[in-house]
Amino acid sequence: MIENKGRPNRLGVKGWLGGGRWGFERYLYALHRLTGLALLAYFVLHIGVTSSRAFGENAWTSAMGAVKGPLFSVGEFLVFAAFAFHAVNGIRLALVELGFAIGQPIEPVYPYRTSVDEQRPLAIGVMILAAILAIVGGIGFLK
Amino acid sequence: MRDQRLWTWHIGAGAVILVLLGLHMTVMHLDAIVRVFNPAPGEPVDWANVVARGKSVFFLVTYVLLLGTALFHGFYGLRNILFELNPGAPAKKAMNGLFLVAGLVLFAIGTWAAWAGFTVARSA
Ligand code: HEM
Ligand code: HEM
Ligand code: HEM
Repeated sequence: MIENKGRPNRLGVKGWLGGGRWGFERYLYALHRLTGLALLAYFVLHIGVTSSRAFGENAWTSAMGAVKGPLFSVGEFLVFAAFAFHAVNGIRLALVELGFAIGQPIEPVYPYRTSVDEQRPLAIGVMILAAILAIVGGIGFLK
Repeated sequence: MRDQRLWTWHIGAGAVILVLLGLHMTVMHLDAIVRVFNPAPGEPVDWANVVARGKSVFFLVTYVLLLGTALFHGFYGLRNILFELNPGAPAKKAMNGLFLVAGLVLFAIGTWAAWAGFTVARSA
C-alpha cells in the first residue's frame, strides 16, 4: 500500500461504500472488500474447528455437530458464494492492476473516452462467471 | 518499497490460494457434481473422508501451504483496509505487530493440527 499523502480517505467508512461517479467497478470493490473480510473471519474460526481432527473421531464428530443445522448450511453457502465472487473478481483485479484489459493509451482528443469503458466487458464477464459458479456450488446445498 | 513488495506478494498469494482453495472448494462443495478425494459414501466432512484425505502427504503439504498464504493474504488485506483510515504512527505499529503475531499463532495451531491429523489418520 502506498502512503496516501495529501489525499486521505476523508470520508472514512462512508468512502468505502459509495460508488459515486466510478460506477460498476466501484461497487465490485466494496463487495470485494466485504467478501475478503468475511472469508478471513470464517477462516480464523475454520482453523479452530478443523483442528479438532487432531484429537480423533469423537472430537471431530462433536465439533461437526456444533456447526450443523439450516443456519450453518446457509452460512456455508454464503462462504462458497463469497469465495466464488472474491476469486474471479480477484483475477480481474490482478489483470487490470497489471495493465491488462484496459486498452492502449490514446491521445486525449475530443470526444474523450474513458478506460473504464474498456474494462467494463471484463467486469461483466467475470460477474457472470461468479454467478454460474455460485449456482453450481449451490446445487450441493439443496440435497 | 517495502509496501510495494508486500503488495506484490499479496497478489501472488491470491494466485496460489486460487489454485489450492479452488481444489478445497471442489472437494468440499462440488461433490454433487465432481466427487474427488471423497472415497467413502456420505458427506465430504464425514470422519471416514477426513481420515482418507488426512493420510495423504499431498493434503498435509497443501493445507499448510494454503494456511500460510491465506493467513498472509487475509491479514495483510485487513491491515491495508485499516491503514486507509489514516491511523497515527503508533497505531500502525501496533496493528503491524498484532496481525503478525495473530497470523503466526494461527499458522502454528493449523500446522500442528495438520501434522497431528496426519498421524491420527495414519494410525486409524
Ligand atoms: C480465491 C482466491 C483469491 C484471490 C484470487 C484473491 C485475490 C485478491 C486480490 C487481487 C485482492 C486485491 C488486492 C489489491 O487490489 O490491492 C484481494 C484483496 C483481499 N483479499 Fe483476497 N483473494 C483470494 C482469496 C482470499 C481469501 C481466502 C481471503 C481471506 C482469508 C481473502 C481476503 C482478502 C482481503 C481481506 C482483501 C483486502 C480487500 C480490500 O483491500 O478491499 N482473499 N484478494
Ligand atoms: C505532473 C503533473 C500532474 C500529475 C502527476 C497529475 C496526476 C493526476 C492524478 C493522479 C489524477 C487523479 C486521477 C483520478 O484518480 O481520477 C489527476 C486528475 C486530474 N488532473 Fe492531473 N496531474 C497533473 C497535472 C495536471 C494539470 C496541469 C491539470 C490541469 C491543467 C490537471 C487536471 C486534472 C483534472 C481535471 C483531473 C480530474 C480528472 C477526472 O475527473 O478524472 N492535472 N491528475
Ligand atoms: C464452507 C466451506 C468449507 C468447508 C466445508 C471446509 C471443510 C474443511 C474440512 C473438512 C477440513 C479438514 C481437513 C480435511 O477433511 O481434508 C478443512 C481444512 C482446511 N480448510 Fe476448509 N472448508 C471450507 C472452507 C475453507 C476456506 C474458505 C478456507 C480458506 C480461507 C479453508 C482452508 C482450510 C485449511 C487451510 C485447512 C487445513 C487446516 C489445518 O490443517 O489446520 N477452508 N476444511
